[in-house]
Order: sequence, then structure tokens, then C-alpha cells
Amino acid sequence: MIQAIIFAVIAVATFAIAIPRYLKIRRNILLGKDETVVYDSGEAWKNVALVAFGQKKMFKRWIPAVFHLFIYVAFLFTQIELIEILIDGFFNQHRFFANALGGFYTLIISTIEILSLLAFVATFVFLARRNLLKTPRLSMSELDGWPKLDGNIILYLELTLLVGITCMNGADQVLQDLGAAKYTDTGDFAVTSWLGPLLFGGLSESTLIGIERFGWWLHILTVFGFILYLPISKHLHIFMAFPNTYFARQTQKGKMVNMPEVEKEVRSMMDPNAAFDESVMDEELPEFGAQDVPDMSWKNIMDAYTCTECGRCTAVCPANITGKKLSPRKIVMDIRDRATEIGEKLDSGKTEYIAEDKRTEGAVLTVDNFDDGKSLFDYITREEIHACTTCNACVEACPILINPLDPILRLRRYEILTESAGPSDWMPMFTSIENSGSVWAVSDDRDKWRDEALKG
Amino acid sequence: MAKKLSIPLMSEYAAEGKTPEVLFWVGCAGSYDARAQKITVAFTKILNEANVNFAVLGKEESCTGDPARRAGNEFVFQMMALQNIEVLNMYNVKKIVTTCPHCFNIIKNEYPELGGKYEVMHHTQLLQSLIDEGRIKLTDSTEFKGKTITYHDSCYMGRGNGVYEAPRAVLAALDGNLVEMPRHGKNGLCCGAGGAQMFKEDELGDRSVNVERSAEAINTRAEIVVANCPFCMVMLNDGMKAHDKEDEVMVYDLAEMIVDNMVDG
Repeated sequence: MIQAIIFAVIAVATFAIAIPRYLKIRRNILLGKDETVVYDSGEAWKNVALVAFGQKKMFKRWIPAVFHLFIYVAFLFTQIELIEILIDGFFNQHRFFANALGGFYTLIISTIEILSLLAFVATFVFLARRNLLKTPRLSMSELDGWPKLDGNIILYLELTLLVGITCMNGADQVLQDLGAAKYTDTGDFAVTSWLGPLLFGGLSESTLIGIERFGWWLHILTVFGFILYLPISKHLHIFMAFPNTYFARQTQKGKMVNMPEVEKEVRSMMDPNAAFDESVMDEELPEFGAQDVPDMSWKNIMDAYTCTECGRCTAVCPANITGKKLSPRKIVMDIRDRATEIGEKLDSGKTEYIAEDKRTEGAVLTVDNFDDGKSLFDYITREEIHACTTCNACVEACPILINPLDPILRLRRYEILTESAGPSDWMPMFTSIENSGSVWAVSDDRDKWRDEALKG
Repeated sequence: MAKKLSIPLMSEYAAEGKTPEVLFWVGCAGSYDARAQKITVAFTKILNEANVNFAVLGKEESCTGDPARRAGNEFVFQMMALQNIEVLNMYNVKKIVTTCPHCFNIIKNEYPELGGKYEVMHHTQLLQSLIDEGRIKLTDSTEFKGKTITYHDSCYMGRGNGVYEAPRAVLAALDGNLVEMPRHGKNGLCCGAGGAQMFKEDELGDRSVNVERSAEAINTRAEIVVANCPFCMVMLNDGMKAHDKEDEVMVYDLAEMIVDNMVDG
């Protein structure tokens, strides 16, 4: 009984702390501007089924895909055991499903055990790739510090989970053989029926019960730890992959998002009747493009919180491959980190973060009056966004349909339209297009080629 | 070519109260770049040979605004787009073919929401259908028969619009021996020109993207690299020069390969 109470307290506390953390991520995503991205829900669900559930895009690189699949499928199946642990914990039961399911229970747990064994191997492979083999995309400087540690912590937590399951099931199998009270016969589990006696055979009943309880608590406490940890970890992708694939853009990759506000302005410029519309003149000069997270689309921010920092985007980026500073992964990580920073500052409620001209008596800090004197350009340099060839390789490479290109183009728009800055090489090109309708400043007629061709 | 080349203007058609089957959108590169002009002319010859009822806009054509938009200059883009759409709609254009993937992408995907809705084809797609329909007949023994050829997917035809098969089908019709580069199709590597990179110096790095891509093409031991974009064409040619291979590895557009290997109709 006392165990059930302790369990209930820990479980409730975990969720009480975790839920606000997840809600903050939702709030941070909604800092972005509205944008309709899904036009066909059938297509959206297809993406969830194939790309998130089906891991389709992971298989562009099949070796990591197979190992990742082991961990992923083990994770999915372990949820059944987790439900049982929660029921056992709250209601002081032992293997609640065992009697009801009989032989089917043995099959389910055996499946989980085999998958866990595969996941165990995969976790070691992933640790080796990060720390021994130094796979290039997992060893880049943008991962120095927290991202590198985070990647390893997740893998160690996975190992901890697997140790927990092994102790719990292994000791249980031996206890069943000893005919210990409460330890109902579940049949032979695929792995622990031989691994259990190998590890724990010959130990006393009380020691075995201790090991079994230790495994049980280790497992569930690690799960609770995971729940608390995920909101500050790249590992959040285990949840975010699903909404993010649902909300993936459905237009052709080549299509850029339109700017209706600029379209409207240009239309009125071209319309002779609207030339003297003074109301347009009086308006405050608007800002175009994005210089900070709240100027981005909410989807750019959802993308950022979905990123698991695998670096497939950066590994195929032509600019990065040829030694330029641009790394699509870094862009996405920067947007996430800046969104988190803004979120924390908003939560602080400090009036020093209210823009100076809006800092009136009694003004309350909101995203609309927020100004901490920083922007995304404090995270992302001009050099990075200028190097992009808009080739969409990063978009194609992402296994969970993140689009790193779209925010780069929004930053470029801010630089050119709002700051009137940007690479000086581009200025003659703009002038030439505007004045002569051609990307190059040429004196020849546009159809000179035709005249010459017709001359033969 | 027995027949005299004909390149009608839209204004000439309009004067007679007619509209052609398809408008050939030439693009800035196709109009002004010396190398791309050759592709433009080759393509008009094919259209003549296949009896495709086409016209060009001539002086009435302007830049689509693609490099301006990708650089971030939405104002210049909108000005060009709205002007072009006005011209296209005035001529009641329904169908457009272009030799430039950037023009193709922007007219197909970005003009519709501004009021310019047309059926847009890239010339490689039209070439494939002309071959399939028998409107172009290739000689039994083309000069490319058995030659080792590699194909460079442009980003805006490939990933941008999912067109991978049409150009390869045309290559197959030319009897070439197609060898793929390691990075091809969806995983193709950019030539380095897109996103308005064509119009500025590279950022600091180890090497240029086109040099990287050309090396990959050279490593296939292909004698010919096929491009479908006038900007890729410039980049790959420069890349070959950087590797001192410009006399060994030729860079062609599909239109150029077809024009000299057609059976006169």
C-alpha cells in the first residue's frame, strides 16, 4: 500500500511539473505568425502514416535507419508494458495483464524483450557513432556543448531503461521458478527466461524480490525522468514528429511563400488611380520578412522544436559541403534556442523587456511589445543566409519533414526589404531587372537572338 | 534543314486574331547568354521540325523575377510578375514551354496566386511527348549511340518540381549509355547557381559548388554531361574548365542533342 502511495505521489508530481513545460513549447510555437499549411488532410495523414509512423524517409540512409527502427519499435511496444506498470503502480497489482491475457501476454512481453535486445545493440552503435567513430554530421562544431551532451544523455537513459526491464523480468522469471508468492506464472519470456537464471540464478528469494523491485522502479523512474527531460531535449522529436509531419507544407518544394502585403503595395503602385492614396503614405513603415522568431511562421518554430539534430540536412547542403558557414541544422537549432529564450523572458514578466517606446505606466510584457534588443541575427550571421542556393536538398533530406529553407528566405527578405542591406553584388541585378527587365544590364534588344537566328 | 526557320511573335499572331498552341518563354539566359542562345535556337528548330504551333514574346518578355525573389527582393519580384502576367493574360496564353527551370518553377507555382494561371511545361517534358507522339523522329544511329552520358538534375526541375523521368526518357531515346552520378535524382547536388548565387561572389569556403559537382560528373567517366538549365550549363562548363576537362567532357542541353539527330520530316 505504501508503495502505491509513493508511486502515486511521484506520478502526479511528474505530470504536474511536465505539463506546464509542454504547454510552454506550445506557447513558443504560437509566438509565430499564422499560416495555413495544410490544404488536404488526407495527404497530411498520409505523411503521418508513412513518414512518422512508417519512418519512410529514414531509409535514405539504411544503416542508421535499421538501428533507429529497433529503438523506435521497441519504444512503441514498450508502451503496453508501461500501461501495465502504471496500473500495477497505482493499484498495487503485479503484472495486471498476465492473468487476463494468458499466452498472449507471454507473446507480447517476449516481443518487447526481443525488441529491447535489438534496441540495446542499437544504443551501443549510436553511442559509438557519436563518441568513437565520430560520424562527421554528429561531430560538427554546432553540436559542441549541450547538444552533444544531450545526445549522449538520451542514449544513457535508454540503456538505463533496458537495464530496468532486464532486472524486472529476469528476477521475475527466476522467482516464478522458485514458486514465490505473488509472482504469477507468465510462461517463458523470450530473453529473460534464459538471461534471468544466467544473471540471477541461485540468489535468495528476498534478494530476487529486491532486484525485481529495483528493476521495476528504475524503469518507471527513468520513464518519468524522460517525460520531464524531453521538453529541453532534441529527443522531443518522438512526440513532435507526428504533428510536424501532419503540418508539412503541401505545395511544391520549389514554391516560395507569397507576401500578400507586398503584392498589395505593388498593385496599388501600378494602378494609376491609386497613385495618390494618402492613407497608404500615412501608415507606419511596415517591416517585411523575419528578423526574429515572432516574425516567423508558427510552422518554422514547430519545425525547430521537432529537430533532433541528426544533421542529414547539413550533410547534403552544397554550401556546407564546400566549406561555407551555412548549416541548415544550425539555422533550425538557432530558431529553437531563440524561441526558448524569448519564452523564458516573457515568463519573467520583466518590464525591461518591453520595447522602450511602449514602456508606459502599468504596461504588461507580451509578445507584441517584447524587445530585448536582440534578434535572430544575433544567432545567425548574414554570411550563413547568403550562402544558400535554395536547392531544397535540406528539405528533401529531413526524415521528419522540417523545412530549413523557408526561414532562411524569410531572413533574406528582412535584410533586403526592411534593412535595404544584403550582398552588394545583388544590387546591380535588382536594378537591371527593375529598369530593363533582364537580370543582366545589357544594351541589346531581348530578341536579338531571334533576328540573328532568322538571318540564318 | 530543308525548311526555313520560323519564330513567330505573339504580337504577329494577335494581329491576325489567332493564338498559338504554345508560348515559348525564352528567359533572360536564353535571350542574352551566348551559350543559352544556342539552346534557344536549337529548341525553336525542333519546334519547327515537329510542326508545333508556337510563338515567343520577343521584346514583350521580361525577367520572371526569380533571382530577385530568392535574394529576398519581393518588391522587384512582384513588379515583374504582375507585369508579365498582364502581358500573358492580354494574349490569352494557356500553355507555356520554357527551357529554364527557374522560369518554369516560378510561372508554374508562383504566378497562379497572383492571377497568372497557365499550363507550364519544361522543354524536356515537351521533347519527351513529341518523341512519344512521333512528332520528332530520331535517326536510327544518333551521334550519341553508346556514348557514356551522365545527367545533372537541376534543383528546380528535380526536387523543386519532381521532374526526374522526362529528361532521362529523352536520353534513352538518343540511345546514350546513361551512367548516374552518386548524387542524382532526389539526392542530386546543386550546381551552385540557384538562390541568386549566380549573381554574386561565393561566401568564404574551401571550393565552389560547381567545382565539386563537376568533379562528380568527371568521376563517372562520362564523355557528356547533360544539363536542363542554362545556369547549370554555365556552372558546369566553368567547373570543367577548373578541372582542365573542357575539351574532354562536353556539357549539352537535351535540345542541342536532339536538333542534329532528327529525321527531316
